[in-house]
Amino acid sequence: MGTTETGILSGRLSPVEYEKNFSDLHPPLDGHEALVAADRCYFCYDAPCMTACPTSIDIPLFIRQISTGNPIGSANTIFDQNILGGMCARVCPTETLCEQACVRNEAEHRPVEIGRLQRYATDIAMRENRQFYQRAEPTGKSIAVIGAGPAGLACAHRLAVKGHDVVIYDAREKAGGLNEYGIATYKAVDDFAQAEVDYVLAIGGIEIRNRMMLGRDFSLSDMLAKHDAVFLGLGLAGVNALRAEGETAEGVEDAVDFIAALRQSATKADIAIGRRVVVLGGGMTAVDAAVQAKLLGAEEVTICYRRGKEHMNASEFEQDLAAAKGVTIRHWLQPKRIIARDGKVAGIELDYTTIADGRLTTTGETGVITADHVLKAIGQTFEADGLGIIALQSGRIVVDGEGRTSLDRVWAGGDCVLGGEDLTVSAVAMGRDAAESINHVLAAASQPAVAVA
Amino acid sequence: MADLRNNFVGIKSPNPFWLASAPPTDKAYNVERAFKAGWGGVVWKTLGEEGPPVVNVNGPRYGAIWGADRRLLGLNNIELITDRDLYTNLREMKQVKMNWPDRALIASIMVPCEENAWKSILPLVEETGADGIELNFGCPHGMSERGMGAAVGQVPEYIEMVVRWCKQYTRMPVITKLTPNIADIRKPARAAKAGGTDAVSLINTINSITSVNLDTFSPEPSINGKGSHGGYCGPAVKPIALNMVAEIARDPETYGLPISGIGGITTWRDAAEFMVLGSGNVQVCTAAMTYGFKIVQEMITGLSDWMDAKGHRDLDDICGRAVPNVSDWQYLNLNYIAKAKIDQDSCIKCGRCHIACEDTSHQAITQFVDGVRHFEVMEDECVGCNLCVNVCPVQDCITMVALEPGTLDERTGKVVDPNYANWTTHPNNPMARQAAE
Repeated sequence: MGTTETGILSGRLSPVEYEKNFSDLHPPLDGHEALVAADRCYFCYDAPCMTACPTSIDIPLFIRQISTGNPIGSANTIFDQNILGGMCARVCPTETLCEQACVRNEAEHRPVEIGRLQRYATDIAMRENRQFYQRAEPTGKSIAVIGAGPAGLACAHRLAVKGHDVVIYDAREKAGGLNEYGIATYKAVDDFAQAEVDYVLAIGGIEIRNRMMLGRDFSLSDMLAKHDAVFLGLGLAGVNALRAEGETAEGVEDAVDFIAALRQSATKADIAIGRRVVVLGGGMTAVDAAVQAKLLGAEEVTICYRRGKEHMNASEFEQDLAAAKGVTIRHWLQPKRIIARDGKVAGIELDYTTIADGRLTTTGETGVITADHVLKAIGQTFEADGLGIIALQSGRIVVDGEGRTSLDRVWAGGDCVLGGEDLTVSAVAMGRDAAESINHVLAAASQPAVAVA
Repeated sequence: MADLRNNFVGIKSPNPFWLASAPPTDKAYNVERAFKAGWGGVVWKTLGEEGPPVVNVNGPRYGAIWGADRRLLGLNNIELITDRDLYTNLREMKQVKMNWPDRALIASIMVPCEENAWKSILPLVEETGADGIELNFGCPHGMSERGMGAAVGQVPEYIEMVVRWCKQYTRMPVITKLTPNIADIRKPARAAKAGGTDAVSLINTINSITSVNLDTFSPEPSINGKGSHGGYCGPAVKPIALNMVAEIARDPETYGLPISGIGGITTWRDAAEFMVLGSGNVQVCTAAMTYGFKIVQEMITGLSDWMDAKGHRDLDDICGRAVPNVSDWQYLNLNYIAKAKIDQDSCIKCGRCHIACEDTSHQAITQFVDGVRHFEVMEDECVGCNLCVNVCPVQDCITMVALEPGTLDERTGKVVDPNYANWTTHPNNPMARQAAE
């Protein structure tokens, strides 16, 4: 069958090809490679990489620990700041965070491989199931965490460390959130997201209740009645509609669903893909979907983005990755109409766009790209069902510096809050910091009202 | 093209790069390869007495320390003198010298401290056609326990005595190899000179334990769970060797005594430094053991190109040129004032200069300027210590700049005095006060 048969088909490739295409994008460093890479770190003072990390991992210290043959100590340093350091090592856009800040760029235009070194240390500790944290004396307090994604897991772990009991409610079959359902397969192979959830939960005191959706199975006020505090670590359940003619044709799919299905597939041979795929959007999701479409055996994959290269949310590295995998990225094209034949996608008509007077507008020219599969990656939205009167702005939850919402006893973090960066590592930071804030408030409330004179 | 031909106490070689007496020079096969690669001379691995040869351990002989990227910085060894039959060595030496008449071939010798032992081996060596002998008074391990090697080199009277025997029983030039495992290197050098030596060579290796295995608690290299101190060499010992060479070169009692410089020489620069500090030539071992014999090609071209660039015609132009600049501390000019200067264009903002100065020195480098991370020397605090230069990972990013006489030193509030003044006359020196009174 191969890549040239028209239609949305599974099994385009041989098992060997699937395995090769969906293996680790950045293979792990072995011991020797890690030492060579670690030797390049200057152990900067007040290191810029550390400042650039949303979770403020002490990067010079953990790299020095690797270089002295202490990867376990190194992992401890990482997990102290970021209990999901293993996943962040895999999915962080390090080229725009720590590695962009590395001073080695100034002299050599090649940073220390911080991400891969972090993976090296955390992999060793997790493989040996080295647990670095013990629960404090039980506080008797119970906290509900809504959403088992990066923010919720980080929050739950820190709360458990403090001695609180945590119940995580999650809408999906498995915990992990986007780590489980939203990450490109080749960035987290070998079911790493589940291994990480298990590693985080090993601290104890955290119960996960799956298939429990806020707004459907319970409300925020239910949670407040049962628990001492609530952390909202919700994802973005909604997707933006194309609002173009033909959107309902067979073969038009949301990229997030496509990516989630891929992640849940063992062999990838069961995931159907078109011969000519058009991906709409300019973010990481668009790139992840496009690259994986290509890896599934699509003959042509084209990303169409309605603005210029410089406006794309996908990082330079991601764009280069897409190009290297054979994906074509086209700019200044906005979908006008899905062309359907017999109810199935046959192509897409696009408007050429430009910016006039600071506003995006169409030029009047149009073009058609033949396609049998269209993946929409044009943004996700937060659906605030069941949250009651919580303050929102621009469709997201408003929080203060500690993650407190407008409601008493309710904190929030991750993609659902205003000002989030749509990054795993930022979600972890917000979850962790909210846990500290929750602990602080609960501890203060437990103090005797009157001190003994 | 600079003339690199070397004449060291009458021993001629096409260049000043000799391989030191050590594992690389133990047999004809290695020495032939070395000469093919371009080495100017070889000091054959130390010969012992006639009779059953010494035996070596059958486990690891070498320990090491490493820098970044596992670059070998220091090596130590517990190998003894040659463990091959004396006559095998002599036969091979003779053949190699015949094959390579333009190269220097020196015999290193270590026999017991008895006149007869030396008297009987010297004619055998002479018969090989070797250009000279080197007395191994330096090896600090194994043989020293038997009263040889460093055990001799640590007693100046023995040195003088043995050198005298050798000068008496052979016409070959005598080079006395010194051990650094001694408090004052000038004493054995003076003794060798008193005995009539033609030259000294130094340094031999330094007593050392390179590391300890933290699982077995055995020193490395470990022989069945035990370790013995070895002789330390390689780039790490170069500063120690340079100082000892300079001490002998500037000592009035040994001034002019030819020196063959040894100790961590790895590049042409190292070799040139030894030569300008008074070495007539140099001997190399660890660098060859790390990278193979080919490194001599880098040394030859590097030295030659540097000499051409600087207008030095031959080795006599450079030998000893730095010796007059080696001084006692008390004669250093206290009116010379320098300040660190950071080139902001090449600064990569690692912050190491700041933290080194802030934590361990004089709090003279900023961390922030106007709220921005920025590293700059505060001249009113800088004592000119050079620590920041040494910890900076970028070469020439931080330099020491001397203040012109007549300018203000912001740290002391005084104008820089153009006149030389040292500690001997400084008002804070009680000895200087006494002399004035």
